[in-house]
Amino acid sequence: MRDVAVIGVGCTTFGEKWGSSFRDLFVEAGALALEDAQMSGEKIDAMYVGNMSAGRFIEQEHIGALIADYAGLATRHIPSTRVEAACASGGLAFRQAIIAVASGMEDIVVAAGVEKMTDVEPGASTDALTGAADREWEGFMGATFPGLYAMIATDYMHRYPLTREQLALVAVKNHYNGARNPIAQFQQEITVDTVLKSTMVAEPLRLFDCSPITDGAAAVIVAPLERAREFTDTPIKVLASAQASDTITLHDRRDISTLDATIAARERAFKMARVTHKDIDLVEVHDCFSIAEICAIEDLGFCKKGGAGKFTADGETALGGKIPVNTSGGLKACGHPVGATGIKQVFEVVQQLRGEAGKRQIDGATIGMTHNVGGTGGTVAVHIMGVL
Amino acid sequence: MTVARFWRKIPQRYNLLGTRCETCGKHFFPPRSFCPECRRTGRIVDYKFKGTGTIVTYTIIHTASEQFEHLTPYVLAIVQLDEGPRMTAQIVCKADEIKIGMQVKRAFRRIAADGESGVIHYGTKFIPLE
Repeated sequence: MRDVAVIGVGCTTFGEKWGSSFRDLFVEAGALALEDAQMSGEKIDAMYVGNMSAGRFIEQEHIGALIADYAGLATRHIPSTRVEAACASGGLAFRQAIIAVASGMEDIVVAAGVEKMTDVEPGASTDALTGAADREWEGFMGATFPGLYAMIATDYMHRYPLTREQLALVAVKNHYNGARNPIAQFQQEITVDTVLKSTMVAEPLRLFDCSPITDGAAAVIVAPLERAREFTDTPIKVLASAQASDTITLHDRRDISTLDATIAARERAFKMARVTHKDIDLVEVHDCFSIAEICAIEDLGFCKKGGAGKFTADGETALGGKIPVNTSGGLKACGHPVGATGIKQVFEVVQQLRGEAGKRQIDGATIGMTHNVGGTGGTVAVHIMGVL
Repeated sequence: MTVARFWRKIPQRYNLLGTRCETCGKHFFPPRSFCPECRRTGRIVDYKFKGTGTIVTYTIIHTASEQFEHLTPYVLAIVQLDEGPRMTAQIVCKADEIKIGMQVKRAFRRIAADGESGVIHYGTKFIPLE
C-alpha cells in the first residue's frame, strides 16, 4: 500500500447561497483546490464526490458524471463516482480517494463534497434529512433528525452529569471559532443565553443546538506521497483512514448515548496511524447537534464517558484548550452542507497543519483528526493527518 | 408513501407482528428473516408481541416535518418491549407526564395521512399503562 498525501484543498463559503447553483458550488471548490495545488485539471485521474441527497434537494441524480462534465473533464472520460452515506458522504468520498491512490490504481484523485439544500422549502429539507435515519421505523413513526439526537440528549442527561448550560457551551464555543473563520455560515459570537432563549426544536434541544441548512462545496486533491512535492511544498500526509458501521436505527444501538461506530473507527485509525490521543493537536468532530459533540469527544477517547460537559465548560475543547475541537466552527457555526461536511473537515485540518488558519490557528499543530458521522451513528469515518 | 409500501407492512404496523429465532430465543421487531447471532443456524418464526414495554428515552417534538406538524408538540420515545427489542414510537400522553422507566402499552392509532384525500396511515403508538 502506498503512502498518500493531500496536495491541494479548496472550499466555497458556506451559507444560504441563493445565487449559486449545485454546479456553481462544486466547480468553485474544485477550481480552488486545483489552484491551491498549482495544478491543471488535465492531471486528474479520478474523482469521488460525497453527496447525500441531490435527488431530493435539486431532483438531480447521476452526480458523478455531472461534476466531471462541469469540471471540464467530459472529453477525458475519467472515472467519477458519487459516494453516499448521509452526513458522512464527504468523509467516505475522501476515504475512497485515499484507497484509490494507496492501491496504486490511480495517482491524482479529487475527493469532493457538495450539497445544495436551499432550493427546497424547509419542510422538504427536514424530510430529506430524515432519510439518514430509518424511514420505515423511525421517520414514519414521527421521528425527526433533531428528535433522534434529542433522545440521545435525554438519555445522556439522565445518566451523566451534563447541565443544559454545559450543552449550550458547545454551541457558544463553536460560534466563537466560526467568527474567526472566513468561510463560516455564522460569523457571530453567541452567549449561553442565546442558546437557552432560542426556539425549542425537540426537547431538550433548541435551535442553537442544531446545525443549520447550508449550501456549500469543498474539494481536496490526494496523490502518492512520493509525488506530492511535484505540486506543493507543504504536503499533508494521510496517517490513517478508518470507517465503521452500526445499526441504522438509534433504538437498536447497544447504548443510546455511545456511538460504537465512532469507537471502532477511532481504534482502527489510531492503530493504523501508530499515534495516540496525546499526539493529536486538534480534531474536527461531527457536531450536527450540541449533544453529538459531547458524545464524539468521549467516544473518540479525549475524555471519559460522562465527562465531556465539564471538559467543555473547563475550556479544554476551546482554541487554547487541551484538545481544540471544531476550530472551523464545526457544523454548528461553519454550516452543514451535508455531503460537503466531511471534506470541509479535511480542508480545516490541512489549513491548521500548514499554519494557514489565521485567527483560529493552533500554534505548532502537527497532527489533526477528522470525525464524520452518517445518520445517528450508522456510519462513521475517522481520518488522521500529519505534517511531514 | 404509496399504498403498496404501506399495505405490505400492515401486520407489523397494526399488530406488532415480528419474528423470533427459535435457536437462540431472541425476538425481532421490526421482523428480521436472518438472525444476526445464529446466522445460518437460526430458525426464524413469526411472533406477535404482547405490546407492553418501558420508556428508554424520549423527546418532545416541537418542530416536525409536514406530515406531523399538526401534532406538535408531541411525545416521541424509544420503547423497550417486554420481549427485548426496542422501537421508536409516539406516546399518547401529556408532555410533562413522560418519564424514563414509565410502563406503556400499545395502542392502534392514526399516525399520518397522505394529504386530505390520500391514504390514512394507521399504526402503533403507546399509552401509559395505569
